[in-house]
Amino acid sequence: MADLRNNFVGVRSPNPFWLASAPPTDKAYNVIRAFEAGWGGVVWKTLGLDPHVVNVSSRYGAVQWNGQRIAGLNNIELITDRPLKVNLDEIRQVKRDWPDRAMIVSLMVPCDEQSWKTILPMVEDTGCDAVELNFGCPHGMSERGMGSAVGQVPEYVEQVARWVKQHSRLPCIVKLTPNITDIRHSARAAYRGGADAVSLINTINSIVSVDLDLMAPTPTVDGKGTHGGYCGPAVKPIAMNMVAEIARDPETPNLPISAIGGIGTWRDAAEFMALGAGNVQVCTAAMHYGFRIVDDMIAGLANWMDQKGYRTLEDFRGLAVPNVTDWKYLNLNYDIKARIDQDKCIKCGLCHIACEDTAHQAILKEKDGKRHFEVVDSECVGCNLCMHVCPVDNCITMQRVDNGSYANWTTHPNNPARVKETA
Amino acid sequence: MDRKDHADIASGRLSAQQLAQNFDDVAPPLDRQNALIAAQRCYYCYDAPCIQACPTGIDIPSFIRRITTDNLRGAAQDILGANVLGGMCARVCPTEILCEGSCVRNTGESEPVQIGALQRYATDWVFDSNTALFERAAATGKRVAVVGAGPAGLSCAHALARAGHDVVIFDAKPRPGGLNEYGIAEYKVLDFAAREIDWLLSLGGIRWEGARTLGDDLHLSELRRDYDAVFLGLGLTGVNALGIEGEALAGVRNAVDFIADLRQCPDLSKLPVGRRVVVIGGGNTAIDAAVQSKKLGAESVTLVYRRGSASMSATWAEQEFAKTQGVSVIEWAQPRRILGDGAVAGIEFEYTQLDDSGRLLGSGDYFTLAADSVLKAIGQTLIAPRANGDGSAVIEIRNGRIAVNAEFETSVRGVWAGGDCVGGKVDLTVQSVEDGKRAARAMHARLSGNGTAEN
Repeated sequence: MADLRNNFVGVRSPNPFWLASAPPTDKAYNVIRAFEAGWGGVVWKTLGLDPHVVNVSSRYGAVQWNGQRIAGLNNIELITDRPLKVNLDEIRQVKRDWPDRAMIVSLMVPCDEQSWKTILPMVEDTGCDAVELNFGCPHGMSERGMGSAVGQVPEYVEQVARWVKQHSRLPCIVKLTPNITDIRHSARAAYRGGADAVSLINTINSIVSVDLDLMAPTPTVDGKGTHGGYCGPAVKPIAMNMVAEIARDPETPNLPISAIGGIGTWRDAAEFMALGAGNVQVCTAAMHYGFRIVDDMIAGLANWMDQKGYRTLEDFRGLAVPNVTDWKYLNLNYDIKARIDQDKCIKCGLCHIACEDTAHQAILKEKDGKRHFEVVDSECVGCNLCMHVCPVDNCITMQRVDNGSYANWTTHPNNPARVKETA
Repeated sequence: MDRKDHADIASGRLSAQQLAQNFDDVAPPLDRQNALIAAQRCYYCYDAPCIQACPTGIDIPSFIRRITTDNLRGAAQDILGANVLGGMCARVCPTEILCEGSCVRNTGESEPVQIGALQRYATDWVFDSNTALFERAAATGKRVAVVGAGPAGLSCAHALARAGHDVVIFDAKPRPGGLNEYGIAEYKVLDFAAREIDWLLSLGGIRWEGARTLGDDLHLSELRRDYDAVFLGLGLTGVNALGIEGEALAGVRNAVDFIADLRQCPDLSKLPVGRRVVVIGGGNTAIDAAVQSKKLGAESVTLVYRRGSASMSATWAEQEFAKTQGVSVIEWAQPRRILGDGAVAGIEFEYTQLDDSGRLLGSGDYFTLAADSVLKAIGQTLIAPRANGDGSAVIEIRNGRIAVNAEFETSVRGVWAGGDCVGGKVDLTVQSVEDGKRAARAMHARLSGNGTAEN
């Protein structure tokens, strides 16, 4: 039976599924319900210094796609809007009552040493397991010089991480904003500052929709809107790339990563962990369906690990990292062709029109005067588009047709900067 | 059997409340939520099989995609632009053998996209909001007579009026609509036929003249003289007789008359129906008559067909529906004698079978069904338009239908025809609409002086 126990920078939890710092972890009531449901840990919603912030009414906007609710979600909610002491007292009590669960406290205070020096001892006193520095929120707090305004400047990231390590014995996780050009610079800064780990991604700056009657972005607050942080299933690919970039960066070797971004199933979690993440944090999926989703995340991951023969999380963590490479090392001799299973084909024609209009004119729509879809190998470049548009699982598959040799761009004759092969 | 002057045919078998429930919309409309769920199942096939299967060639994937973007006006334009009676067709088309029958979702999933229901959703929006989708072209000064206000005539008239011609529609019945108004089951249509025609006529350029019968107070020679073009959408107004003993007994009726009475009846609790009803035939008229008899409160309704169900012109879905409504179906039996003295008391059938050459023969086994009402639904026939006036205009009839060329022109130059009276591929509303549309195209070309069918 798979062992799902997680040890992330010394913080132990019964499974690698934490709830991210967000509304679901705003207070004891929610967190207790989460622990009852089986979550391995929580990152308590970000604390700040008193006086506490205030929030607006109308906080979320969502992207619906083809009937699917919340393909993406954005929010303009700020950090906790409750007094610091209330949060600290609740954190202390919950940690006492649930000692086996990870209790991480997210923090966001002004970018000066005194502020951090003030809050850290209070947080440490709760008995929590670690702190997470919120350098990510792209809305509201960033206007006040916090959140992503810090995370976007590597020097600040490094400086604050250093303060935190200096003034606290707690493990320090730096939460990174994706609203930058190259995530590695932020991660390297955290690493240099002595952070124990990074977590990513925070939300992506966004406007999710425009109300065409109000002529205002949503969520609309009395006729106006503002940019908010985007999350949910739609951001997972962006998050995975950033996690992989850090995981394979030689300048941040073995930097632990807590992955965040569109995770809602055990498979999402397994993918992030295969890319090197030590555990995962979830928010949108829980906000969509409730805390009970962790049930299948636990059972599904365990069943998959048993099936694959992975005993612990470390057995598969990072296994995909060596296979993330630069484009220039991809095998240019690799050749695949689309194959349409005629028994499964329902003759919708989507493969044909996608290929005909937007790709390589490699799928015929007719044979002997009848509706019939077939690949023209000589035109097919193996792009996979037809496979993706086909509505029937496994109807279109890609078959390898090359001889197995290898050659890449670095030595290709068309590459002006090619490495000359030695004669 | 005992003599009785009156069979047990009576009204008010059910409470008004029960009748209202029985004759309510058989397929209630989709609301927006359900329409979106249904629409999102459409794969938006390329060169879609459903379009090929629609006699009017509605671009179904297009209108469904428009539904998903809340572009209902655009969806309705797709539908009504190809089929101006798309609202009615959404209700009465046997979609299981047309668009939905060809949906690729049937392969591997067995549940097609609800194209009919979605078409109704998009078109209902037009009629409910009374939105005008079409405008007339500049007046041409040409005048066209359309005889028959059924689907073919209405489709033809609308297309010609759009093209700028002035159209008069004549019909023998007091109200327009043809079978849509008089011949289709109430629970499929409710008051829709009239609403649809009101909308259709609101285009302008179409004058309605009811209670005018061709060959009676309306003559083809006069129409040819007074109009620039004539379209005949006469339908099939004759009814086949059984040709057996007892057909004249009280309680023996044509199913089409029963349905017409029902459709025109303002208070169904006043409409008489037999206690034990026997319907003879295997088409949609037979099904509609049988189901509605049951819904009116008949104690038993038996539909008897002389061949097997596969030969019925009613689709499998219609047959299944009839059975769920409590209609008993007896196959392979033909009526031999209607029994009774004054009024019908029963009907004697002989079982049938096919011989080696596929010919239908009586088996020699007989049975009798007690009946208070016998409804005959064994097919309708063309009542050929009579030649009159100068005598030169004799319309050629072929295989019992009006003969037309590929452009729906009859043997008489300047006279076109379409719909059931020409007998195209299928006797369906949607085919009649297509006939009318195509005929209008040819008529417009002729009227515009660039006709192709010069002779």
